[in-house]
Amino acid sequence: MSEQKLQSQTVQTTGHAWDGDLQEYNNPLPAWWVYTFYVTVVFAIVYWTIYPSWPIGKGWIGGASNITYVNSAGETKTHSWNTRALLVKDLNEAAAAQKPYFDKVSSMSYEQIAKDPEMNGFIISAGKSLFADNCAACHQSGGQGVVGFFPNLTDDDWLYGGSFDKIHETLLGGRRGYMPTFSEVLSGEQIDQLANYVASLSGIGHDATKASAGNVLFHTDTAACFYCHAVDAKGRKDIGAPNLTDNIWLWANVPAAQGDAGKVAAIRGVISGGLNKGVMPAWAGRLSTEQIKVLTVYVHELGGGQ
Amino acid sequence: MQTGLEDQLGLYQKRIPIFTRSVKGRFRRFKTSVLVLAYAMYFLLPWIPWARLDAPAQALLFDLPGRQFLIFGLTVYPQNIIWLAFLLIIAAILLFFVTGLVGRAFCGYFCFQTVWTDFFIWIEKSIQGERPTRVRLFRQPWDREKIIKVGSTHALWLLVSFWTGLSFVAYFTYAPQLVLDFFSGRAADAAYITTGLLTLTTYVAAGLMREQVCTYICPYGRFQSVMYEPQTLAVHYDAKRGENVHGRAAVRAGRGIVTERRHDRAEGGISAERRLINLTTGARALAERHEKGLGDCIDCGLCVQVCPAGIDIREGLQYRCISCGLCIDACNTIMDSFGFPRGLIRYDSESNLAAATRTPPRLHWLGLKTLGYGAALILMSGLLAYSISSQDSFDRAVSQIRQPLYVVLSNNDIRNRYQVRITNKAAQEQTYFISATDIPADALDLGGFSEISIKPGHSGLVQVSVHLPPALASKTERFNLVITPKGKPAEARSESVHFDSPNRRP
Ligand code: SF4
Ligand code: SF4
Repeated sequence: MSEQKLQSQTVQTTGHAWDGDLQEYNNPLPAWWVYTFYVTVVFAIVYWTIYPSWPIGKGWIGGASNITYVNSAGETKTHSWNTRALLVKDLNEAAAAQKPYFDKVSSMSYEQIAKDPEMNGFIISAGKSLFADNCAACHQSGGQGVVGFFPNLTDDDWLYGGSFDKIHETLLGGRRGYMPTFSEVLSGEQIDQLANYVASLSGIGHDATKASAGNVLFHTDTAACFYCHAVDAKGRKDIGAPNLTDNIWLWANVPAAQGDAGKVAAIRGVISGGLNKGVMPAWAGRLSTEQIKVLTVYVHELGGGQ
Repeated sequence: MQTGLEDQLGLYQKRIPIFTRSVKGRFRRFKTSVLVLAYAMYFLLPWIPWARLDAPAQALLFDLPGRQFLIFGLTVYPQNIIWLAFLLIIAAILLFFVTGLVGRAFCGYFCFQTVWTDFFIWIEKSIQGERPTRVRLFRQPWDREKIIKVGSTHALWLLVSFWTGLSFVAYFTYAPQLVLDFFSGRAADAAYITTGLLTLTTYVAAGLMREQVCTYICPYGRFQSVMYEPQTLAVHYDAKRGENVHGRAAVRAGRGIVTERRHDRAEGGISAERRLINLTTGARALAERHEKGLGDCIDCGLCVQVCPAGIDIREGLQYRCISCGLCIDACNTIMDSFGFPRGLIRYDSESNLAAATRTPPRLHWLGLKTLGYGAALILMSGLLAYSISSQDSFDRAVSQIRQPLYVVLSNNDIRNRYQVRITNKAAQEQTYFISATDIPADALDLGGFSEISIKPGHSGLVQVSVHLPPALASKTERFNLVITPKGKPAEARSESVHFDSPNRRP
């Protein structure tokens, strides 16, 4: 067969002749190629009629295909096809699909939500993305916070309280933590004594004499720590003063400090410098009521809820 | 410099149309029964009803939006994807196994391309007539007759293609509803697109391209060739017998016998005496031929005319041969009618054909490769059967929350948290309990969920937190979470999970 093929495939010329004998070979494109090309032409024309195509003046030909969606205000909108309208449509559809859940959230109590398996699933997934978008920048994606900057939301220690209501209050109004700069009122010696006392409260190795002197400073008007941190040093949740007797540290990076001396030094640093950076923004007005409610339950479920 | 074969031939070769002649015989009968069976299965399966509690009453339904495959009494969830892997492995091994034994049996008898092409050729024959008539019609100018005949052939092909496409879609949605929706324009876009696409591809592949798919496109045909052994049975022309010393030659005498036999057959088989006479005449004719050094092939060309691949098997085993056996049937018919022994074209092995003394063709089971594939086949089928029969009534996935890996609590206890996802695979709603072993009972905190009840086919998520005092935490590397369906303690399953603590980071 190959021989037959060879004989039948002598190359034709186009039939023109220049300068007497100059001819041009005619190697036509394969038929399948030509037909494919025609199909693409037809495709392009069909495409123009369906999708936006040619610019005309300041506008363009919109094409036959439309995008219709119902926006959050309940109005039906129709645009000729474009990717922006497509996105808006998708967003509106997603919001509509979530709406029954958010409606349920607003009608249920926190305890009901936390006990309903289906709602719990919704909180875990919706809360996760809300948290990632709004909270994770400071509190980290898992809510573990950063010692020295942002509180850990997964442990069992709460500055302002870990009940549903308290978490909700924190989210709505934000918080501002403050501690005066004690280097302005106390001597370095006194601050060192106080630091040793605070270390003793959590069982960190300390100088006992300094600690007992610090005890006096703490409970008298000289330093007057007890006003905020309470007489038993367990803090006051109404003003966000932390419990100094447990093992949770936010501002002084005690867990990372080397040796007892290092830990005491970390505490000393906080006492002498004071604090004016514990700011959490208010989310009322930025997030919807239902979103804040979802986040409340989500943060509560992060492990530390009380 | 040598030019490549492509340069000499040109990359593009125009298709030479093939008009196959129909034939009767063992292989044709086998192919027809496979076709009937395959079509009955493919077209009817989606219509078999099967009562279910909370899913459409369709025996075979691949419910993609619901993320479940309903196969009679079995519900397959995405978690069972391993079964699909098993099935594909089994199919692959089966292909290798069979190909090593009897060549491209899949191609010739079971492949969709072969089955659909076969049916399309049958339609073509029914409308346009037997091969000579079709050839004449092909050469004839486009007159009324040609337009009607060719047009109705293509119309029928399109109809079959369309029903093929629609039937495929019917596997994915409730079939009666689909057909109603489809023709009233209310079906999903995907249904129209899929049906359209499959209509087109079926029509093009089985109607227009046919053997070109096997020759140029299909990879299976090519890689099956490398699985042939010298002992593999394949369709072969016995050249030694067919060509003898002086080659093939037509038979001029003996036409009478053919008519006679046809006549006998019409009356219900050939009589004993007749066969004897036929055989003796045949043997005599054959003896004469052999004396002259002629082969048994009478060069009638029937084997070429029936071949759907358009090849001449007498040129030897070829990559285009899909091993359909029709040339065997054709040649046997001819041999019968002349009273020559059957099997000039037959299933035989290369090694046997080359051997000095022939033995009757037989399957070679005992090769190492065949036994190995056989063992793998049994093993994988057993694994699949075991996996399906022993599946749990629920699925569980425990993932440790890794941000943070652990939390140090105010009293120095260490807490780890886990997300437990339970998927109910049973047919009814079920309540599950979660407990733990290897850790104190009070270390486990399930939040609001002492139990969780899950609808069939749904999943539920439970957050589990575990806290241990530091001393115990540093000793505990793993513990078990136990999930127990309510009232079925025997179906309880435990998952070993990791516990992280600061003293022992991973
Ligand atoms: S040569 Fe043709 S007819 Fe014979 S088995 Fe191969 S494909 Fe079938
Ligand atoms: S059908 Fe048999 S006898 Fe006829 S040409 Fe083919 S091999 Fe020869």
